[in-house]
Amino acid sequence: MPDTNHAIETDVTDSTAELYQWLLFIGDTNLILSHRVSEWCGHAPALEEDIALANTALDLLGQAQLWLELAGQFDEQKRTADQLAFLRDANAFRNALLVELPNNDFGCTLMRQFLFDAWHFPVLQALVESSDERIAAIAEKASREVAYHLERSSDLVIRLGDGSDTSHQYMQAALDYLWCYTGELCAEQKTDSVLIADGIVHNPVLVAEAVHHTVSDTLSMATLRVPESEFMQTGGRAGVHTEHLGFLLAEMQFLQRTYPGSTW
Amino acid sequence: MSDNEWPLWEVFIRGQHGLNHRHVGSLHAPDAEMAIKNARDVYTRRNEGTSIWVVLAENIIATSPGDKGPLFEPADSKVYRHPTFFDVPDDVGHM
Repeated sequence: MPDTNHAIETDVTDSTAELYQWLLFIGDTNLILSHRVSEWCGHAPALEEDIALANTALDLLGQAQLWLELAGQFDEQKRTADQLAFLRDANAFRNALLVELPNNDFGCTLMRQFLFDAWHFPVLQALVESSDERIAAIAEKASREVAYHLERSSDLVIRLGDGSDTSHQYMQAALDYLWCYTGELCAEQKTDSVLIADGIVHNPVLVAEAVHHTVSDTLSMATLRVPESEFMQTGGRAGVHTEHLGFLLAEMQFLQRTYPGSTW
Repeated sequence: MSDNEWPLWEVFIRGQHGLNHRHVGSLHAPDAEMAIKNARDVYTRRNEGTSIWVVLAENIIATSPGDKGPLFEPADSKVYRHPTFFDVPDDVGHM
């Protein structure tokens, strides 16, 4: 049997790269969705919705900052959260494709938010039990915010899906468009297996069950039909993104790219 | 106001320190549940509240500004209704 201390050290060193990649996945996913949602600021159909979306965007931004700060500790270059957010190119981002898609109409934005929240909440609930206390602490704080996000987005999806003919059509069209981007969130990633085995991150298979319950219950109350196609897009975690991410980053990173290192 | 407009709700928030609910403003929402959610998002962003009441604005019965004279002016000349004619001993403290 090998020396125990040595074995632990080896483990930690061995999973650093995997943990870094996983932290980028969850951090980038929060960051990119936050930016997308913030695009509604000043444009939402009602003042009350406008401020509710801005609150959500700010919650997600705060969470992204915590995740990316932690990611920076495992980065070979020890980059800060700001450097990771504003100085990487599209192919270095690890966010899920779902969150980089354009907002389209308000119904599409709400449907994307619901599909994301339905995954995000059980993930955070599982991460509260993480063997890494830094991850557990971030999840603890974030899960209270995300519980409200899910309550709000599922409520709106039900209201609009089971609303007028027009709102139903919009919500069904949004679901049909977004559906093939949902599988990636719960897809198993080879590099995560060592982290799952050590209880550091959640098991996507277990989370997928919770996601399935929430999504099918809510969509059925919303009188929406789940698309039949089982084809699911992937690529976000490998840095292979849709063409939309580059445009998003061009806007999000403009200031730091044009005036490097500027602060306020 | 068009028929599609959401009704108006008045929002009352109880602050951090166990005070009374206080009127903070109004908002539009399709029903009571959404009114509570919107109130949470619009009026408690900076940690202002521990409890929220909402009430349909149309359910509030208010005095009319035109009745101000008959309703309130008679009280103006009744100084004896204010307990200002008593000597309050110092050791009573704050009343």
